[in-house]
This record gives sequence, structure tokens and C-alpha cells, in this order.
Amino acid sequence: MNPYKNRGDKPTKTGFAEGLLEAGLRNPQVVCLGADITTSVGCNLFAETLPHRFISLGIAEQNCVGVAAGLALEGKTPVFSTYGVFAALRTTDQIRISVCYNNLHVVIGGAHAGVSVGPDGATHQALEDIAVMRVLPGMTVLSPCDAMQTRVATLAAIEQCNGPVYIRFGREAMPDFTSDIMDFTIGKSQILRAGNDLTIIATGHMVWEALQAAEILETSGIGARVINMHTIKPIDRDAIILAAGETGAIVTAEEHQIIGGLGSAVAEVVVQHHPVPMAFAGMQDHFGESGEPRQLMEKYGMTARAIVEAGLTVIKFKMQIAKCN
Amino acid sequence: MLAGAGSGHLGGSLGLADIFTTLYFSVLNHDPVQPSWSGRDRVVLSIGHVAPVLYATLAHAGYFPLNELKTLRKLGSRLQGHPGRDHGLPGIELSAGSLGQGLSVAVGMAIAAKMDRKNHRIYSIHGDGELQEGSVWEAAMSASHYKLDNFVAIVDRNGLQIDGKTEDVMKLEPLAEKWRSFGWQVLNCDGNDIDQLLDVFAKAQISQNAPSVIIAKTLMGKGIRSIEGDYHWHGKVPTTEQALEFLEQLR
Ligand SMILES: [Mg+2]
Repeated sequence: MNPYKNRGDKPTKTGFAEGLLEAGLRNPQVVCLGADITTSVGCNLFAETLPHRFISLGIAEQNCVGVAAGLALEGKTPVFSTYGVFAALRTTDQIRISVCYNNLHVVIGGAHAGVSVGPDGATHQALEDIAVMRVLPGMTVLSPCDAMQTRVATLAAIEQCNGPVYIRFGREAMPDFTSDIMDFTIGKSQILRAGNDLTIIATGHMVWEALQAAEILETSGIGARVINMHTIKPIDRDAIILAAGETGAIVTAEEHQIIGGLGSAVAEVVVQHHPVPMAFAGMQDHFGESGEPRQLMEKYGMTARAIVEAGLTVIKFKMQIAKCN
Repeated sequence: MLAGAGSGHLGGSLGLADIFTTLYFSVLNHDPVQPSWSGRDRVVLSIGHVAPVLYATLAHAGYFPLNELKTLRKLGSRLQGHPGRDHGLPGIELSAGSLGQGLSVAVGMAIAAKMDRKNHRIYSIHGDGELQEGSVWEAAMSASHYKLDNFVAIVDRNGLQIDGKTEDVMKLEPLAEKWRSFGWQVLNCDGNDIDQLLDVFAKAQISQNAPSVIIAKTLMGKGIRSIEGDYHWHGKVPTTEQALEFLEQLR
């Protein structure tokens, strides 16, 4: 049985907004930069409560990142949030040079992550942001799984990091199930469910799907371990190596391109330290399209059912290998 | 310096020598012994490719020993081809080299100074070709929106960029009007005339409610007759023989 209860659907964006406000109230050096879409990217609470520390810069994302770098050089802790497609992709060069090469503590929020943005369609569905952000030297990449964890992760990004951080979150209301007493440490994944036949490593919205998938697999007598990989970089190598060793098969699940995202990050560890069969649930090198969030997640294979299918595939490989030995 | 390094940008650095000298030896409030003194004026070099003139000026001002200039662009040097803060050279405010980013960073520094009610100034240095980058104008808009009168941008108007004359590659004129329409106080001067430079810096310092831009007409390769105004020398390096001959002319 799924031991986690959904307290009610809530957008992860809301968790970001709450964490940002909390950090702002605690530390007068925290400032927030806005690129026009303040409410839809989770900066509204901060802007309303602490207007003297909210810097509106208009629809000019590249400038936002540079200004954030300048503020960070002067001892501020700037938080800049916009849609992930712009936050990570339009401004990549500014993030690379002005922020990362200068090793500045700038927190970048990537909103509207994944196809679950829905009707806006491909232009606004961030599906490449993890890949691009995680390749930058010194960047920390966070992808929390629900609203509660996004609040906690936002606080950690602002208060515990010294360098650049990218944190992604979604717009659609999704199950809110983690507890705030659960230990959250950047770079340390969470085992949400025990199992020894295979491991599902999931991130963001796909963590809830992974828990559902584990239940379905259990009805066939397959014990699936579920790991919430809320930090994509630095990736939790120990947990991955342990899972590969103990379960012998890994499925990754992400609302992101399978090229360069969580699946790639996990595979980089697996192939170097403990090769086992792997399968990747996520966007298979496509753009998204308009539709309802659930319809899109189903069409593009980002659901519990897709994870179950991937799980059955890796189990088959695992058994073939066992036979050969 | 550049002959020893075997690569780099000679022309631009020479054209800027008078501006850097004026800044570091007359205008700036700074302390080479305490490079991170919080009350210092900040200099953001947006055009990282003219790092040699920054390094030479910093060394002469006492930030680090002159003989370290010989290590430019060498493995393990603090004098990177484009300035890199993490290599530990004192006096470097920003790692930069990708054109069009420095103005934004300087805006952020100037906003921070305003928020903290600090009196230091932010100076940023730009190429004219660099102004073709769109992000420069995003930053220009924001500097006047926030009335950053603690901010002075300097444009090295040598009229040249790697492919040729700026007006042939991508027209910048009417440049002063562009800045004025973005809400800036525009100050024109001959960037190779120290008296004129002192005068415009003084005017910039008393600006109220608006950032200032100094459009400084300079001569690329200034001081070496055979290369003055020749865009081929933007990113070119002299041979050892040429370097000796050029240095003779500069004296
Ligand atoms: Mg030029």
C-alpha cells in the first residue's frame, strides 16, 4: 500500500512562493527580481509583502540574470524566477559567465516545468532545463517532488547554498504528500519505499507517479524501491550505486527530455560504478503540445503506467543477464 | 606582454590606455592595498578582451607586481586571457568576456549600493561593437528606470570591430541619441585627451536621477603610427621585433 497520503492537490509553484517569502522575512539581504509574470512564477507573495526588496525588471530575462549577478557580488541573495524555458534557456550564456564563472549565489527559479503546464503548448513547457543547467560547472540543480518539498528546497537553496542554484517547479496542482519533518538535504536522495527487485528513481511530479507504479508492480509480486531524487546535481551517487547493487535494475522517471536529464545523470553513475539494465520514462526527444495536463502526461509516457512498462522491461533484461551468468 | 603571450587584442587595449590611466590615477576612490575595501568605486570591465590594459593599469597602480604581467595568458597565471576572478588577481571585480553582460551586472551593483545607501560609484567599460548586443539595451533601460546616478558607463568609440568599421558591420549612429532616448545623460569626449576625460568624469559625478554614459572617441592602436585606426590590429599580436619597435614609438 502507498504509505503516503495526498493532503490535497497543490502546485509546486505555491511551495516556491511560500519558501521565498519565508526566506525574505528571515534575511533582509534576500531580494527578488521580477520579469513581469510575477504571480505565475511564484514571486507574488514576496513582492506584496516586501515590495522594497522586489526589483521589477520587465520582460528582459538576460538583464535579470546579469543584475542578479551584480546584486550577489554586493552581498545580496538574489532570487530570480520566470518560466523555466526562459530562466534556463534564454539566459544560458548570462548564467554561465556572469553567475557560474563568477561563482555567485544566485537562485534561479524555473517555473512551468514539464508538459503538465498543459494548454500553453510546446513553447512554454520546460523540458530541456535540467540538461542545460546541470552541465554548468558549480550549478546546483533541484527538482522537488511536491509543494511541501518545494517550500523546503527553496529555503535550502536560499539559505544553505553558496553558489548558483536552479530550482524547477510546476504550475498544475499535484498531490502534496511529503512531510516537513522529513529530512531534506541537498544532494541526499530519499528512499520513499523499500523494494529489492528494481529501483524507480524519480524526480518532480513523477515521484508521485512512481509511488503509484510501485503499488501496481506489487500486485504482480515485484518489489520496487522508490527513490525521490530531488537533487539532480550534485547527484546522490551512493544511493544510486547501492540501488544498482541491491536491486539490479533501474527505471528513471522525469517530466523532462530523457536526453541529458535525470536519466542521463543516473546512467552516468551506473555505467561507471555498477552497470545494470536501465530504462527511461520521460519525454522521448519530442516537443510537447497543447492539451490537458493529464492527457499530455499520458500521451508522452509520463505516468505510473509508463513507469510500470519500463519496470517490466528492465526486469526482463535483468533475468536474461542472470540466465547468461 | 602580448608578444610574450602569443595571442590577445592589442589595438583596443592601446586605445583605452588614457581612459584607464585617468580612472585609476585620478577619478577612482580605491585602495590597491585593500582591493576589497567595501567603500571602493567599482570598475566592471564588460569587454574582457582588453584585459591587458586593465592588468597593466592595476599593476602600475600597485595591485600586484609589474613583473607578473609577463605571465599573461600562460598556464597557471592569474592574468587570464579574459579576466577570471577565481584566479585570484587583486582588483578584478568581475569575470567577463562574453559581450553584452557587463552593463547588467553593473546595474545590479548600482542598485545594491542604492539599497544600502552607500556612496561609492560603479563604472563600467564597453566597446562600441558590443553595443550591438541586445541585452545592453535591456540593461540601459533598467539603469534609467531605477535612476542610477551612481553609475557611469564608458563606451570606447573607436569605430571599429573585428570585421571592420562599426558603421559597416552594423550601424550604431546616432549613438548619443540612442542613449539619451533610453534616459541617460550623454557626455562626449576625446578618449585620448586626459583633460577632456577629467572634465566628463566630473560632470558624470554630479548627475542627478540619471545614469551617465561617456562616449569616448578613441584611436585603436593609439601611439603606434603604423597601426593607429587599423581594425586588423583589433585581435592581433605583434612579433617580438614589432613589439620592440612599437614600444620605442610609445616612448
Ligand atoms: Mg570597437
